[in-house]
Amino acid sequence: MALVEVQKPNLTEEEMRYAINQLGREPNQVEWTMLEAEWSEHCSYKSSKQLLKLLPTKSPRVLVGPGFDAGVVDVGDGWVVTLHIESHNHPSAIDPYGGAATGVGGVIRDILSLGTRPMALLDPLRFGSLTSPHSRWLFDNVVRGISDYGNCVGVPTVGGEVEFDPSFERNCLVDVVCIGLGRVNKLVLAEARNPGDLVYLIGGSTGRDGIRGASFASRTLTDKSEAERSAVQVPDPFTKKLIIEAVLEAVDAGLVRGMKDLGGGGLTCGLSEMAAKGGTGIEVDLSHVRTREPNMQPAEVMISESQERMLLIIRPDDEKDLTRILEKYEVSYSRIGQVTRDRNLTIKQGQRVVATAPARFIAEALLAVRHAKKPSYLKKLATVPQPEPPEDLNRTLLQLLSNPNIASKEWVYRQYDHEVGLRTIVKPGQGDASVLRLPNDRRLAVTADGNSKRCYLSPYWGAASIVSEAVCNLVSSAAEPLAVVDHLQFGDPSNPEVYWTFKEAVRGIADYLRALNLPCVGGKVSFYNEDSTTSTAIKPSPVIAAIGLLEKETPKITPGLKDEGNDLIIVGETGPEMGGSEYYEHVHKTVGGPVSKVQLSSERKLVKSVLKLIRSGQVESAHDISKGGLAVTLAEMAIQGQRGFSVDLEIVPIVSKRRMPDVMLFSETPSRFVLEVKPEDSPRILRTLKISKHPAAKLGRVQGNNLGFQFRGKTLINIPVSQASETWSQTIPRTMEGTP
Amino acid sequence: MPKVAVVQYPGSNCDLDALEVLQKIVKTRTDLVWHRDLKKDEYDGYVLPGGFSYGDYLRAGAIAATSPSLKTIREAAEKNKPVLGICNGFQILVEAGLLPGAVLRNTGLRFVCKWTRLRVENNKTAFTSLAKKGQTLNIPIAHNEGRYYLDKDGLAQLERNQQIVLRYVDENNQPSEEANPNGSLDNIAGICNPQGNVMGLMPHPERSSIPTFSPNNKAEGRLIFDSMIRTMGAR
Repeated sequence: MALVEVQKPNLTEEEMRYAINQLGREPNQVEWTMLEAEWSEHCSYKSSKQLLKLLPTKSPRVLVGPGFDAGVVDVGDGWVVTLHIESHNHPSAIDPYGGAATGVGGVIRDILSLGTRPMALLDPLRFGSLTSPHSRWLFDNVVRGISDYGNCVGVPTVGGEVEFDPSFERNCLVDVVCIGLGRVNKLVLAEARNPGDLVYLIGGSTGRDGIRGASFASRTLTDKSEAERSAVQVPDPFTKKLIIEAVLEAVDAGLVRGMKDLGGGGLTCGLSEMAAKGGTGIEVDLSHVRTREPNMQPAEVMISESQERMLLIIRPDDEKDLTRILEKYEVSYSRIGQVTRDRNLTIKQGQRVVATAPARFIAEALLAVRHAKKPSYLKKLATVPQPEPPEDLNRTLLQLLSNPNIASKEWVYRQYDHEVGLRTIVKPGQGDASVLRLPNDRRLAVTADGNSKRCYLSPYWGAASIVSEAVCNLVSSAAEPLAVVDHLQFGDPSNPEVYWTFKEAVRGIADYLRALNLPCVGGKVSFYNEDSTTSTAIKPSPVIAAIGLLEKETPKITPGLKDEGNDLIIVGETGPEMGGSEYYEHVHKTVGGPVSKVQLSSERKLVKSVLKLIRSGQVESAHDISKGGLAVTLAEMAIQGQRGFSVDLEIVPIVSKRRMPDVMLFSETPSRFVLEVKPEDSPRILRTLKISKHPAAKLGRVQGNNLGFQFRGKTLINIPVSQASETWSQTIPRTMEGTP
Repeated sequence: MPKVAVVQYPGSNCDLDALEVLQKIVKTRTDLVWHRDLKKDEYDGYVLPGGFSYGDYLRAGAIAATSPSLKTIREAAEKNKPVLGICNGFQILVEAGLLPGAVLRNTGLRFVCKWTRLRVENNKTAFTSLAKKGQTLNIPIAHNEGRYYLDKDGLAQLERNQQIVLRYVDENNQPSEEANPNGSLDNIAGICNPQGNVMGLMPHPERSSIPTFSPNNKAEGRLIFDSMIRTMGAR
């Protein structure tokens, strides 16, 4: 029995009426199936398109912005960097290994689609609590899936982040960022511009895996989702590696006129969007598609999401040259059709036309009208009382360092080949951002950040502060921010409260980007991340990946403390709002409270000043203050540098009048940095910061082998670096490997 | 001037890295050669790079070991030309019988990517002639299957012939258990044939040949390639 049975399409009444009106007839079964796939939220962005227009997308360096498979940014000397983010949340929730692996495969294809070589991956991951066996199973297998795929395909996984929160217990979030490198004059777009050109389908065969994957990803998971395993694709990194090399050789030879990877929505999406973008039509014969099993129905072939497939548009004259390259790499291929003038997508099975409709009509779904309503729970959360400060702050700091959200992620990145390709200068765990070599003697800094706890309490400020965090990570790595991509992950958009959080998050990101004059060059939206069995939606989870540029002469800078006797300077003002902080959530089990805001008016100037300082070569080490606040930031600098410090909180610049030790130690107010400088340089640096009106103070110095915090003549915290290091580094391996 | 071939198999992924180091750092004439095109022994030395040839299907290196290119490489080895297998290249040489033993799944059952410290046990090979015996080199590993194994008699023979070239060692230069990243027999990281012109090693010397990529800012892996080129020049 075929998997796609005759049934009512999963479309709204309005969408069905629209389809019948536009076509002037009732679509047949194949057409309904295609429309259902292409008009799914996953492919069409029908609930998000309007709001995403708020995001700024332009800068002199942006060559290609949103709407294509990846953003393209000019990095000089004829070189471009491509950037994209994807997720594979639904598949990973039921098959973590295969789901994560094919997630990596998918985003690699997006980068390849532009004719650029995938050169780095980052993986932002979100799971339920590590104390839950189910979450540990998901975590373990997601990491294995990424490791096996990324390592085999030869693209280094250079960074990422992991957040644990009970809201992800059933719906883990598996995001993958891919960064590519190419020549500006070799770029290829996903367009079929020239009638008469040939359409080639290359790579893997088309099977029944991933049938209706896009529709599957556009619904909430239920207790029956386990039975939808066939919606998850099968990974084959070896075939992908051959495709990468073959495609890049063909691009280099100038043979590829248009290209698109086959992901969500399969052939339906690939063909209709290439024709729609090129203002043409495409006619294909499905009897030329290599299928993995006999008797596949046209509808199944049109929506299969089998992995490792690409669509190439070439000139008829170039057929021989293309097939010679594909044969060298043993990549399978077939010519499935040609570009036409009539602007229709026509699907034939042999001589019989099984579906035909205007390409643009298929590719552009009706926008869905969504309503937004401020969630009622926010009021209650905002007024949660402030917890009592703990007596033993030594214990509090150790609790935070052993918190899986803060603890070392070495257990994860050891499993990733992060060095293949000879690019990774600052490796995972060594800096706030990873830094990659570019062929023109410049370097590229890359980071990915999220903070679901804060976005839950305030989607607007939470989202804005995530972009700030990404920017600060670039700046403390001496990189000038260039561009971001966003990934917006929410529950069911037809729920007005969920939609409100989405809207606020987009506004927060857009306002921050405008304040910094930074472009968003692409992204992805993933809705329906909720579990209908337990009726729980994930916390709003925007994730930002950002890239920045280092010049040839820019010094390398990392957070590890460098030298005994150096001064430690804090830049930025500490605020008392601690809602969503690890101190509240992990130490006090308090969910709620006011969330710190980003000073949008002064952010750009602050970021510029700090970057200028760091680039001047007067800063020995730098670290932005994020999860766990000042105390954890300094502890991480000490652990990495294997040196202690002694600081006094008396002069930490604060917003409020009351000088609360727990606020100064653990507040996560964005846009703050700790800088290590030589004692002879610190007066000049403090003066420079003062002239620019940036709050800054000398906290103390690098000294001894302990983490030491003083306040008003009292020692608040005094822990040996070795103990802090042990706690911080052992939490995750002990939990995952079960070693005592 | 001697000329090296970096042999590319379907799924090799450290091929371009080895090529860059040989051409731009070691400054040797080097070609990237697709395995099917390696029909004649026209080079003075061969490098089998790391990666996942044929997706590690069946066993790591097992399918590539049947490639016709191995016939050419075997001929070259018999003529005493240097043949270097790095990571997957080592696995291929073992599978092809050019080196003894087997390379098994890591004891931790996980892929491991980290910098390791190696001690040169034999400096009379084509790849370590520029090293002092007992010298240490910091070179990273990245593999899932790097646990070298051999039976007792085989190991004794390896020892007798001084075929153990590199061992994983700790900060005190001892081949301790904690220094062993994958459970390799006797902390073995690299071995050679009795003649010393065919070597396989799990660590990636090409990743430690440009100072900016090394945590200690040195390029200690370069010594392997420099020795190889010197050997080729002297032949």
